[in-house]
Amino acid sequence: MKLLVMEAKLHLRDWPSLLFTIGLPVGLLIVLGVSIPSFTEVQDGGQRIVDTHMPSTMVLLALLTLSCSVLPAVLATYRQQGVLRRMSTTPVHPARLLGVQLLINLAVGTVSTVILILAGWLAFGSAPPQAWAWFILVFLLGTAALLAIGLVIAALAPSAKSAPGIGSVVMFPLMFLGGMWVPREIMPDPLRAISDFSVAGPFTQALKDTWAGQPPQLMHMVVVAAGLVLFGGLAVRSFRWE
Amino acid sequence: MKIIEVRNLRKQYPKHLAVEDVSFEVAESEIFGILGPNGAGKTTAVECVAGLRQRDGGTIRVAGLDPREDRDELRRVLGMQLQSAAMPDKIKVWEAMDLYASFYPDPADWRELLERVGLSAKRDAMFKDLSGGQRQRLSVALALVGRPRVAVLDELTTGLDPQARRDTWELVEQVRETGVTIVLVTHFMEEAERLCDRLALIDAGKVVATDTPAGFIAQAGGEQRVRFRPSARFDDAVLLALPEVRTVTRNGESVVVSGSGNLAPAVTLALAHHQVVPGDLRIEQATLDDAFLALTGRKLS
Repeated sequence: MKLLVMEAKLHLRDWPSLLFTIGLPVGLLIVLGVSIPSFTEVQDGGQRIVDTHMPSTMVLLALLTLSCSVLPAVLATYRQQGVLRRMSTTPVHPARLLGVQLLINLAVGTVSTVILILAGWLAFGSAPPQAWAWFILVFLLGTAALLAIGLVIAALAPSAKSAPGIGSVVMFPLMFLGGMWVPREIMPDPLRAISDFSVAGPFTQALKDTWAGQPPQLMHMVVVAAGLVLFGGLAVRSFRWE
Repeated sequence: MKIIEVRNLRKQYPKHLAVEDVSFEVAESEIFGILGPNGAGKTTAVECVAGLRQRDGGTIRVAGLDPREDRDELRRVLGMQLQSAAMPDKIKVWEAMDLYASFYPDPADWRELLERVGLSAKRDAMFKDLSGGQRQRLSVALALVGRPRVAVLDELTTGLDPQARRDTWELVEQVRETGVTIVLVTHFMEEAERLCDRLALIDAGKVVATDTPAGFIAQAGGEQRVRFRPSARFDDAVLLALPEVRTVTRNGESVVVSGSGNLAPAVTLALAHHQVVPGDLRIEQATLDDAFLALTGRKLS
């Protein structure tokens, strides 16, 4: 418990990262929603871009920043500086520290998502996720899968300095495949096929679907869950404590 | 009853044999040194003792516990200060102590411990703002916060300036006075000579010899030299007649006497009998460095 409080304090002391994980997604939602007229016009599906597409991709942005950048940087630094090793001399296994870090990143992602929902409602009158129980399930599953990818990055990064670089090599393609720049609806078929298996793609789609009040597609959930199992397993096998 | 018993310890890394055959015993509340050149396998050996690495052969008992079988219990009786292990940059000194204290069932009062290592004034400082010496002292405090019976200190003073090094040595002596057994890993001969009750010389993964610092020096031949400037003339034969003296050489005004045993007292006593006062008296003794050289044919550093 003390470890959780301490790591949370340390996370807040590194407050600039919160600008990227909370400030940037919310800022983009509001600035783009206000400044681009078509974002607040009703589209074919009966939704405005600020209703479901924009907040879903912003959730993805926050979670990818956390999992590909913040988490690997912290863990690779802890490993390089010997924080994990020092902890392994005590009765508390450093795996506990890993668990605490995952919880904190989940918490920051949750806060970011709640603020996005509130901001969309206040600024544009967007409805909160309609199929909320599904939405929570999709959010938790997707966050877990992305954090597992982050653990693999942390495991493979040879040094604390290289972790953010490797993270961004993973992060930008995932943002793209998640539909950050080109919405999945207008992706060419081959690209959408790749996106369908990219974890980020089906995750964003499932967020959008549940936001609009539909249950997620089974295939999307299966891909995200498979990502969690695959990368979670890889992380467990490849994580180094020193 | 020995608190640490290591027999025929062996540790193989993928590319090289780090520890080939290491055995030693440590008695309760002594400072036991593990001295050897860089790369001799010292750290690997104590990491096996502390249960941080799995040994490939041999037996280890720490307070009756096997580091391989009784990991959790071992961590309650053994505290370890690691070579160059840092803390998160922005953790404050008191927070680090408070956090580590929470890891143990019956921790020491960390405020008192900070006082003891001289960091009370720094309790609100962040780890990144501490000097090298302060970090090492915090490191020692963290290793002691679980009230261990054994503390392993690995290369405690490497990278410290001479003043910080002497302060740290005093701290180690204070810790021993509280009854904690200390295993000190070092490649500084001076450190081993000053602090250790007994020590094992390790070279290329093997224990070359185990003895007290004085024993090692005696083993190295015990050659000593006494150098002085006599207040009056005297005959070399006066000194050569002493059983401790081997040679007497004169170098301008100064006299150099070499020999063994209680050389200095014997020489001064004999000179006093002849009303000669040895001025600028200097005693040069063999060091652990010489002992290491004699035992392995190589220099320690």
